[in-house]
Amino acid sequence: MAVSRVYEGHTDYLQVLDKDGVLDKALEPDLPRETLEKMYYYLVLGRLWDRKCIALQRTGRMYTYAPLEGQEAISMGVVFAMKPEDWLIPSYRESFACYLRGVPLETINIGWRGIEEGLKLDKKLRCFPYVIPIGSQLTHAVGGAYAMKMKGEKSAVVVCGGDGATSEGDFHDALNFAGVLNTPTVFVISNNQYAISTPRKWQTKSETIAQKALAYGLTGLQVDGNDILAVYKSVKEAIEAVKAGKPAVLLEMVTYRMGPHTTSDDPKKYRDEKEVAYWLERDPIKRFRIYLKNKGIWNEAFEAKVQADAVKVIEDAVVKAEAFKPDPRNMFRYVYATMTKNLEEQMKECFGDSQ
Amino acid sequence: MKMTMVEAINSCLKQEMERDRSILLMGEDVGVDGGVFRVTEGLYGKFGRDRVIDTPLSESGIIGAAVGMAALGMRPVAEIQFQGFEYNAYHQLVQHASRLRNRTRGMFSVPMVLRLPCSGGIRALEHHSESMETIYAHIPGLKLVYPSSPYDAKGLLAAAIEDADTVLYFEPKRLYRAFREEVPEERYTLELGKANVLKEGSDVTLVSWGAMTHVSKDAVTEAEAQGVSVEQIDLRTIAPCDWDTIAASVKKTGRCVVVHEAVKTVGFGAEVAARIMENAFLSLKAPVKRVTGWDVIIPYPTTEDYFFPDKARILRGIMETARF
Repeated sequence: MAVSRVYEGHTDYLQVLDKDGVLDKALEPDLPRETLEKMYYYLVLGRLWDRKCIALQRTGRMYTYAPLEGQEAISMGVVFAMKPEDWLIPSYRESFACYLRGVPLETINIGWRGIEEGLKLDKKLRCFPYVIPIGSQLTHAVGGAYAMKMKGEKSAVVVCGGDGATSEGDFHDALNFAGVLNTPTVFVISNNQYAISTPRKWQTKSETIAQKALAYGLTGLQVDGNDILAVYKSVKEAIEAVKAGKPAVLLEMVTYRMGPHTTSDDPKKYRDEKEVAYWLERDPIKRFRIYLKNKGIWNEAFEAKVQADAVKVIEDAVVKAEAFKPDPRNMFRYVYATMTKNLEEQMKECFGDSQ
Repeated sequence: MKMTMVEAINSCLKQEMERDRSILLMGEDVGVDGGVFRVTEGLYGKFGRDRVIDTPLSESGIIGAAVGMAALGMRPVAEIQFQGFEYNAYHQLVQHASRLRNRTRGMFSVPMVLRLPCSGGIRALEHHSESMETIYAHIPGLKLVYPSSPYDAKGLLAAAIEDADTVLYFEPKRLYRAFREEVPEERYTLELGKANVLKEGSDVTLVSWGAMTHVSKDAVTEAEAQGVSVEQIDLRTIAPCDWDTIAASVKKTGRCVVVHEAVKTVGFGAEVAARIMENAFLSLKAPVKRVTGWDVIIPYPTTEDYFFPDKARILRGIMETARF
């Protein structure tokens, strides 16, 4: 018996705008000027908001926060590629994506201020509350997509995670179930090179994360995650494919977390400055700005207006979020659909008879 | 109609799926094969593979997917082939199913049912015989149902499926085909959180659930023959637990024996005893007695009978408590 090849595969990499903003015209998505302006505005808003959150945390006005800087293009591209009927299941690093999906910014801030109401998201927005555990949301996206199919809705479920999440068993479960049940699911993995301090090469021996799709019969693609046009294009095409009944898609967004994992760690301990400088050159906003400038959309006046508008929105959200006072009794009210007698008694004991 | 517990559960699942199109079944071998215990027999043929899903072999995948389905509007009823393999997905219960309602302040919820064939006595392989309700009772936000008869199994399952929260539905395997009893063919529900007083009595209260309720019945009959009047309570649901019914009974009898198959230490019997201390201390005439599995790894089948509380041990517990 001869040895014969039973499988062969390959994985592609997509980049539309290179680090210097040079465009691959053939791959350019067809986006109207108004959308491009909006994308830039939200990219800037996302960065300013993220820095504001860190400042709030440093001054004791917010609790632990997971910064986004450097990865804004992913949240942006993902949400802009989604339709209203699609569902987003974000990880904690994509709380800004919830805003883009329509959640008020003050709600997001309320969440990072350590208040559950920050995750009380209007169901109509089709945005899940972001999750803190690593990877366990991935299977929800498979079940959620199955539910959409059963209800006869033409919706995709887009779920986000990081490179660390791909080491969890849930990643395997999710890709395997998505393949076997043929669900309209898009997995967006932000490979930001580190899971807290552990580098990507210590998570997996695999050359890419995208290639893992092949083993599950899914479509995999590696994308320049700092290129908003590539992110947008890849997610849009993935959503269209899974809605058409094609296998689920795994997108590896190659990016870099410019800041710490959360406000509780110091990245200087585990990575060197040369590496950070390398990625700074690949900043997602910088290259998109060049692209818009070349299109005659960006100029100094536009920048000034975008910045001013964004600051206003952010400051307004901060004020509203800080004014929000949670009702501590709510810890008892939402454990079950109907409060049990046991909890009624404990609530009374906790707050006295003033209730 | 006389039904076994397996038939009662099957009849319930069929009726519920006919009633509500958002209900679907999923699990390992639940479709074509009808489940390893044949609980879902015939449902694949009736409802098709979209609603009776033979899943890949992964408890974590099953429960994770079910959480997503439930959160987005379906009513999944997932079978975990044996409760002893649920641990692979315990994180889904702690991190998601139990708390989605709370962390979204009521916006999202996970109305799913996990069917968990549990407990011993059927000479099964390792990991197939434990009674682990305690580790789930420790998670706020979950409901735990533990039927002890075909009639209860059907009514409690229907209630579990229509419940708005995640319900863990424990199926004591040794009761699956142990006996038949009259079960209505039409749909009915039994309230979750309400215990069942099987028999009134005046000297000792006996509290149990699952297969132990059945075993305890023989001991109660014997105790009565020896002149001790026993009030027998079957909990039906561990969470929420009907503390009022237990307290009212102990206030009357002044004595209580808790019987469970799970190991003694931190078993749910400890919680029952503590609640009696809180709610009926001044009525107690004897310490609350626990008759339970020993604090050991449950033995392999050949010697497993030494582990379970049996008629003799339960009777001894009742008599010691009555004569204290």
